[in-house]
Parts: sequence; C-alpha cells; structure tokens
Amino acid sequence: MNMAVEHVDSGAAAPPHPLVEFWQYFRQNRGAVLGLAVVMTITLVAVLAGVIAPHAPHEQYRDALLMPPVWLDGGSWRFVLGTDDIGRDILSRIIFGAQVSLSIGFLVVTLALVVGVALGLVAGFSRGALDIVIMRSMDVMLALPSLLLAIVIVAILGPSLMNAALAVVVVQLPHFVRLTRAAVITERAKDYVVASRVSGAGLHRLMFFTVLPNCVAPVIVQGTLGFSTAVLDLAALGFLGLGAQPPTPEWGTMLSNALQFIQRAWWVVTFPGLAILIVVLAFNLMGDGLRDALDPKLKR
Amino acid sequence: MFTCHRLCRYYPVRDTLFGAHKTIKALDGVSFDLHAGRTLAVVGESGCGKSTLARLVTMIEPPTAGRFSLVGDGNSKSMRKQVQIVFQDAYGSLNPRKKVGSILEEPLVINTRMQRAERRDEAIGMLTKVGLRPEHYSRYPHMFSGGQRQRIAVARALMLRPKIVVADEPVSALDISIQAQILNLLMALQDELNLAYLFISHDLSVVERICDEVLVMYLGRAVEQGEKRTIFQKPAHPYTQALLTSTPFVEPGRRAQRVLLKGEPPSPMNVPSGCAFHQRCPIVKEQCRREQPELREVAGRWVACHFAEAALRGN
Repeated sequence: MNMAVEHVDSGAAAPPHPLVEFWQYFRQNRGAVLGLAVVMTITLVAVLAGVIAPHAPHEQYRDALLMPPVWLDGGSWRFVLGTDDIGRDILSRIIFGAQVSLSIGFLVVTLALVVGVALGLVAGFSRGALDIVIMRSMDVMLALPSLLLAIVIVAILGPSLMNAALAVVVVQLPHFVRLTRAAVITERAKDYVVASRVSGAGLHRLMFFTVLPNCVAPVIVQGTLGFSTAVLDLAALGFLGLGAQPPTPEWGTMLSNALQFIQRAWWVVTFPGLAILIVVLAFNLMGDGLRDALDPKLKR
Repeated sequence: MFTCHRLCRYYPVRDTLFGAHKTIKALDGVSFDLHAGRTLAVVGESGCGKSTLARLVTMIEPPTAGRFSLVGDGNSKSMRKQVQIVFQDAYGSLNPRKKVGSILEEPLVINTRMQRAERRDEAIGMLTKVGLRPEHYSRYPHMFSGGQRQRIAVARALMLRPKIVVADEPVSALDISIQAQILNLLMALQDELNLAYLFISHDLSVVERICDEVLVMYLGRAVEQGEKRTIFQKPAHPYTQALLTSTPFVEPGRRAQRVLLKGEPPSPMNVPSGCAFHQRCPIVKEQCRREQPELREVAGRWVACHFAEAALRGN
C-alpha cells in the first residue's frame, strides 16, 4: 500500500534502501567479500554433498588403503585427495563433514543467540536482583576456560555430537548475554524509549519492538564470529573423542582418527585441518566486514 | 486546568561503596498551574531541576512527594494520554529503526482501537499540520534535518490530542533560524488546538517570546513565579535579576547593568543552609544564612526572598 508514495519518493535525493546501503559498505572490505564467497561456496557444497561427492562417506575401498592424493606418485583420479587408513575417500568425507560442521554450527549459534539475547534483554531491563543473578552466573561461566568447560559438560552428559553441540552452546552463551545487556542499557536511556513510555508502551512492547531492533547489529556480528568458534570447538571436542563419534565424517574426528599416520600419510590429517582453517577464516573475515558495515559510528 | 502541588523528587545516592546514604533533592516542593492555551516557562541554570520537573509531569518518574491532577480527570491511565513531551535532542528522540509513519502511529496502536487505514490518515494529517509532506510518511528519521526531526517529534507528541505538552528545551539544539520556525510552529499549534505548554528553557529570549507565565528555579526550588510581563519588567529576586541582565541584547538601549554572580551553583548534594542562594547573592544579609525564605506574594508575583522589596527598589 506504500507503493505509490514510495514511487514518487524515489526521485531526486531519496537515500538508498538500508540493505543497499549496507551492501555498499560491506563491499568496500575485500576480505569480507572473499569470506562471504567462501562461506556461500561451502554452504552450497554442504547442501549438494550427496550429488557432488564422488563416493559415499562410509564406503571402504580395501584395494586403496592410504592412497596418496592425485598429484603424488601412486595417486589416482579416483580418489582426488587420497584415502584414509581403511580406504575411505577423504574428499567425500570432507564434503559430508561440511554438512555436519555447518548444520551443527548453525544450530549452536541459533540456540546460543536466542537464549543469550533473551537473557540479556531481561537482565538489561530488570536492573535489580535478577540482573545480578544472571550476570554473575555468566561471569562464572566466562571465568572457566571455554574448552575445559565444554569438556566438563560433555563428560557429564556423555560423548556424542548433540551433547558436544549443547556444551558449545553453554560456552558461547555468556558472550551473547553480555553483548545484548550492554546494548540494551545504552539504548534504554535514549529519548525515543522514554517517548515510547510516555505514549503508554508496556514493558513487552518496549523490550521487543522498541529496544531490541536497535541492538541487533552487534549480536549479528557476534553470531558470525561465534559460528567460527563453534566449528572450531566442535572439531576440538571431536578430536578429543568427546564430540562426533566415528564413523561420522566430522572434521575433528577425522583428524584424531588419522593422527597415528601423520608420519606416513600426511594427507590424512592435512586436508581435514585445512577445511577447518578455511571455514573458520572465512567466517571471521565475514564477521569483521559485517561489524564495519553495521557499526553506525563508522558511517559517513 | 492542571495543578501541581508541592512536587518533590529525591534521589538516594552513595558516593563510595560503604559511604553513608545521601539524598539529592532534585526537586523540592514546586507548585504551579497550567491553563489551556497558555504557556508556563521554567527557567534556571543546568542542574536546577527543570528536566526532573518534566519527567515528573509526564509520569516518566513518580514524585517522591506532592501531587498533580488534571481537573475533571483523576485517573492516571487516561491522564497519561493528556500529557505528552517533546525532547531537546531530536536525534535521540526518534527510533532510528522505524519509519516516520510507524513512529507517529505507535501512540495510536497502544491507546486506540483505530484501524490501519485510519491511523495512516491521522499520521499523514499530523505531518501536514506540522509542516511536513505526506511522502515523508515512509522515510526513516536519519533522512531528515534537525528542524524536520523536531517537527516529527512535535507531531508524535500531538498524535493522542493531549491537553498538555511538556517541551524540554525543544529548540536549544537547533540553529537560530530553525529555532524561530519551531517556535512559530509551537505557537500556531497552541492557538489551533488550545494546548497548555510547560516550556523548559534556559534561553530567556526564547522564553520572553513564547510564554505567558514564568517559573524561575534555583537548586530544585522555585525562587520567583508569576506573569511574564511583571517578572521581565521588574524582577524581585536577586537571582532573577542576575539571569535577566545576563541576556545579551543587540539594541544598546535594552542593555542593562549586568548583575554578576560570584561562584558556581552549589552541588545539590550539599545545599547551603538558609536561602540556597545566599553564597552568591549580592544583597545577602545575616537572616539569609539562617532562614529559608518561603514563597510570598510581592508586587503581583510570588517570590522566595527575605528582602524582595529591597531588591525591587534597588532594581
């Protein structure tokens, strides 16, 4: 219904749509664009894993144990990145591993973000005993080294991919809570929130419609950066045997299973490690670009 | 129409973790009436309690003591709709994530059962009333200049058809030329809608132009209040005299001998005994250090000074 008005408006000096403006700022950071491209490629690969992977991830080829990658002597185009100790194709396992890492990473970030933002919002608005209880328990969680805390949680729940994901959610939670609370407290003091109260807005409306939309920028950035931390932590837990259990094609688990062959067949550990590195780097680059593009202080 | 009786607002503070509790008397017993179609200006230095007064009247904060009431309306829920506010900072007072249309419609969404189309008509009607164009409805606040933003803020304050508008230094953040436009807009709207304004300002030339009555505050208390003409012509309190002579004028004939004040206003955490103004007063006597003066009627206005008559004669 706004179409007619918008149409008249879009003439002379109409400022660009927020999304267009965002893209203009984001584009200036070449690293961020590269990161975005890599993330999109890997996502596409993960979604299409069943189609593009040359072999099934669990298929064991007894005739090709520890076969080197194609460009080395003894390599063949049948297994481009070589095979592992029981003859599984490493490329296929990495492609299916992207599925595991990305979906679990997404799950972890979504859960931590939703719960963390909710807690931060409540803490920022209550400013009393409830605030103290929430923030001090977050401080306790931050005081412990994150991987150690995750190990403790998995030790209690038992090793599995889902429990590892849950542990990583708990580890990431305090960052989201603190970030949201800080943003809420800054925004809450502004005149537009007071104006909303004067026109009769209740607590629910103030929290979700007035204040929250103005706090999303730092949370989005933290979400992107948290994604890379989640992938890394999950790989670490997998490596320690506390995350995904074999034969799941998870990158960290692949690393730990192949550790004993590092002298004889370097490709077995190198390629899963590179996959972790590339994904984490791409998300970090993208997160940095997002921060620059979404930070109003850096604009104009 | 709107009566405030001895409004007080105290804030408890501690200067150190284990220090004793102290009380800041941000507002200490201020009374006034507002009338439809008239403007009461509240003037004073920073920290004198002007903005606290605005926050109490708009029910952002509850008063520590005292009461206010709208004649014929005792219900605070419906009273909230009758009192709206315009802030000083037109940048911070509009939600940057919302379009002008939804900023203006928010009070209607909360307080009325209007349909979407009705709300839209109301908002567009109000936009034209404050001198903006209907196509501004679907723009974001950052696309406007300071003066235009203040017009949007005025429009939002009027969406619920309030009887009283509190204007907390509405023009002091704007350019001089834009100030005049906003003041003219406020006065035109007052005539059209019969509004009562509580106009908070430290700019006496603005106050002289727009208001009917004046309330001069010093450290949370009223020192002089009454009709603008009476006070601007013959101020009775030494503080008012100092304030008025501090306004610069272009015409040499209007320049008065400046009454210079010594020192700074004392901290509200540490209000002097007796008359709060005695340390800076040019005509201070022994009585001022001991006794706090109450408001009393002198020559057609209310003034809180033991020696108001002497001050009037000396002026």
